[in-house]
Amino acid sequence: MKIPAKLIEDTARELMARAAIEIPADYREGVRLARDRETGKLSRFVLTEMLRNWDVAVAERRPMCADTGLPRYYVRLGNEAQVAGGLVALERALRRATADATAVIPLRPNRVHPLTREDPNTNVGLHAPEITYAAEPDANWIDVTTVHKGGLFGSDYRMLFPGDGIPGIKRFFLDTLIESGKRGLACQPAIVGVGIGGAKDTCVRLGKEAACLRLVGSRNPDPHAAALEDELTTLGNYIGIGAMGFAGTSMVVATHVELAYTHTGGMPVAIHQFCLSSRRATARIHPDGRVEPRDDPAWFTDYYRRTGIE
Amino acid sequence: MSEITRLDDVRMDEVHLTTPVQPADIARLRLGDVVYVSGVIYTGREGVYDHVVRRDRPLPAGLSELTNVNFHCSPAATVRADGSYRVEAVTATASFRFGQSMATWFERSGARVIIGKAGLTERAYREWFVPCGAVYLTTVGYGMGAAYGQGIARVRDVHWLAELGIAQAIWVLEVDRIGPFLVEGDAEGRSLFALANREIDARIAEIYQGLPKLALSRFGEVLSRTDEVV
Repeated sequence: MKIPAKLIEDTARELMARAAIEIPADYREGVRLARDRETGKLSRFVLTEMLRNWDVAVAERRPMCADTGLPRYYVRLGNEAQVAGGLVALERALRRATADATAVIPLRPNRVHPLTREDPNTNVGLHAPEITYAAEPDANWIDVTTVHKGGLFGSDYRMLFPGDGIPGIKRFFLDTLIESGKRGLACQPAIVGVGIGGAKDTCVRLGKEAACLRLVGSRNPDPHAAALEDELTTLGNYIGIGAMGFAGTSMVVATHVELAYTHTGGMPVAIHQFCLSSRRATARIHPDGRVEPRDDPAWFTDYYRRTGIE
Repeated sequence: MSEITRLDDVRMDEVHLTTPVQPADIARLRLGDVVYVSGVIYTGREGVYDHVVRRDRPLPAGLSELTNVNFHCSPAATVRADGSYRVEAVTATASFRFGQSMATWFERSGARVIIGKAGLTERAYREWFVPCGAVYLTTVGYGMGAAYGQGIARVRDVHWLAELGIAQAIWVLEVDRIGPFLVEGDAEGRSLFALANREIDARIAEIYQGLPKLALSRFGEVLSRTDEVV
């Protein structure tokens, strides 16, 4: 049975509201723990106020943050799933849902022409919203995830070299966190995504997905990556920067490392920080018309991280 | 007033301001005080600054008399079919980018309290804020859109909406105990973030111990543009 495009549109509209208003439970718990551990007086005050802000957002159905970021979608297509009207109908549905949600929730219409700065007030335009696809074998459903991420500060890319090794990654990690952590430009404590390897666009994409699409508490199944996640989290919280750049221990709620096979001569690294308004929402749409809200985007499946030829 | 030298020594006294904010109230604000504002405030960021500072366009009539509190932000707002407005959340935008404009802005707008994100440098406060008797309040978080939205009683007016769009227009907001904000730049040009940065910087050398210089440098890490990055 084909999935109607209208069902995708209605689901996406609801996801936009859920993302904008309800902080994901895994991140909220991470921030609560960071607040409880925090000894810096001002950092602790900030985190307590943030926890209160999330309660207000849910109670009054207001966006938790007025900078509703650049709304975008991640779509996982089951190999056996079919959309009535095909992928063109799906993309039209997501664009319509974005424009509607912008007016109804409301979201701030952030998307402007990059040179003229003209704002259509819809968050829709040239290459906006972005839609990223991935496939999943043996499935007849479609997972739609929306992510609302700001991102003027706290992300960086750098070409490192094999000789730079783990110390080099740590150095770049510190550079990025300290540079954007002062004055709290990155709106930390953040979920830090680190993409390592691939071509430069691959590592930038993976780092962003690692920050935005993995649950706090999850670990990369590769033991080398998992060990690095722990070390980087410890290092980030040792800097001495807390929420809003005040002295403290709460810079990083979690570090997620994702890897891609890369050029033998290089080690590109990208770092992304998903902020105090880490907004994401996922639903699975089944061919029988059921829509199942899901807490975990489950983006990094075994198939997505496959290494073999078949 | 004794100077605060350690971040954890800030008293974080709760202060309630009404607009227009009087010079005596501005002078009393101490770094780290927790501030709530009632009265009228208005948004203004790149678009508004461009018109007022660069193109010398006057602010809408009566605005400067109504309030002297300028919020570096744009709201999550919508214009209803009947022409009325909804503002559900407000969050500040980073203020450093307005630094060069501030002296002219204070002179032309009459603003004396800036609310924004992440403040400016102590030098900016001393050169541009102090001579005008202006102070800087930072928003908290920075994503407290919903809680700040609660403090907005009514949209009183929107100016320059057609030219600048929803995100950049001047939103004139009637507010009731909107907050909390923190005093980041006081009347004498001291900065709360500068205090924090001095404590953070004291540890930086130790944090980088054992992490050698990278194989390939970038401009910014070399002393001069004629140096090489390899």
